[in-house]
Amino acid sequence: MNAPLTSGYNFAYLDEQTKRMIRRAILKAIAIPGYQVPFASREMPMPYGWGTGGVQVTAAVLGADDTLKVIDQGSDDTTNAVSIRKFFEKTAGVATTTVTSEATVIQTRHRIPETPLKEDQILVYQVPIPEPLRFLEPRETETRTMHALEEYGLMHVKLYEDIARHGHIATTYAYPVKVAGRYLMDPSPTPRFDNPKMHQSPALQLFGAGREKRIYAVPPYTDVVSLDFEDHPFEVNKFDKPCALCGAEGVYLDEVILDDRGGRMFVCSDTDHCETRRADGNRGEMSPDSSENRP
Amino acid sequence: MSAALKIGFENPVAQSQAVFRAVMMALARPGTVRRLDVPVDAVPALDPAAAAVALALCDYETPVWLDPALAADLQVQEFLRFHTGAPVTEARALASFAFVPLGGEVPALDDFAQGSLDYPDRSTTLVVAVEALAEGEGWRLTGPGVAGEGRFIARPLPADMLDRLQRNHALFPRGVDLVLTCGDRFAAIPRSTQVDA
Repeated sequence: MNAPLTSGYNFAYLDEQTKRMIRRAILKAIAIPGYQVPFASREMPMPYGWGTGGVQVTAAVLGADDTLKVIDQGSDDTTNAVSIRKFFEKTAGVATTTVTSEATVIQTRHRIPETPLKEDQILVYQVPIPEPLRFLEPRETETRTMHALEEYGLMHVKLYEDIARHGHIATTYAYPVKVAGRYLMDPSPTPRFDNPKMHQSPALQLFGAGREKRIYAVPPYTDVVSLDFEDHPFEVNKFDKPCALCGAEGVYLDEVILDDRGGRMFVCSDTDHCETRRADGNRGEMSPDSSENRP
Repeated sequence: MSAALKIGFENPVAQSQAVFRAVMMALARPGTVRRLDVPVDAVPALDPAAAAVALALCDYETPVWLDPALAADLQVQEFLRFHTGAPVTEARALASFAFVPLGGEVPALDDFAQGSLDYPDRSTTLVVAVEALAEGEGWRLTGPGVAGEGRFIARPLPADMLDRLQRNHALFPRGVDLVLTCGDRFAAIPRSTQVDA
């Protein structure tokens, strides 16, 4: 654990009045699952698009005895994840980890960890565009009325057009879900592979959109249903091969280009999951320490 | 100004966070009883848990409605004014938070701010003190945050409280959110929860 800053910043950067405002928004978001609560998003010392919404939610939720994990597309090691982790190490002095099961608060950009989450864990999503209907209806006044009237036919038309054009629902990320049978919600640009993990999750899921100034939530044990049709049921992405490093199946894989001659490999997007499996002795076909690959 | 102004939180930053987290988890898991694990030096008319909610969440942006007994209590007024700066309102429909002490009469839930269909978040959080609350018995709770079904009971509450909560839920996404406090213990029933006998 790092020594927290003793001067210059309040705990976790935000001032107390801002935290109270965000906290009240979070409480209403939990009471109305899937509804986007407007909040007075603050300017943060990082650009929009770097997770200012998620950072503000995390700052409002975080306590001194929390253990924070930050992932970006499943990885603990990319710039966004590293900067946000360091931000909270510096301004809150909280313990950080890369191990999913050790974290009490996990801030994520566009993935849900492969390791199943537990009760009392909090998953904070960074959200770029919280309104699932925004690309179908640009006017906020109209989308607000559509939510008020539960008028979501337009989204079904959009998915139907996918089927008409491609023969299947071609939406692969930010796949719209219905929360607790009422609100249509954007799960943030997570791959649709992760949608089933949101359903009846024991963890509390909070969503923060900084630029768009919205907070929304899915309480634990809440129905989160991906929209579909009877004859075109929702399906998750499937992969032909297991992870090339750890051999994991049934996980979300990233494509890695190896050379300019078409060489590529598919590896776990969740780095903690992959590392844990390799530490346990699991090997994939391109693992550097696999016996077949040793010279 | 009375000399005996209670200090509220010793360490406002950490204690507000701890109280908020507990309230957040109470709302996220309706009907689960939480314990306030921070000391609160509060006026006697308010339950420690109710006072903690006020200290952690109220400020100049949140009009507060007080039960007549609380509103008449100078100590309560000074405590809230000094620590939170929240304006006290007599209009229930304008209140962000409302506090009812032990023995106070719980007003009709639809007297409070219900939010609109466009902005259901603009609604009152009602904090009611009770003598006893327990999970695992009593009303059947279902809905978001409840794994399968839960049981929860609090008393004393108005005889028609179950009916009121059912009507409150029927208004979803409008409606009020209820926090029940009992000394330093509390539980919540948000509007999303279906309550049955």
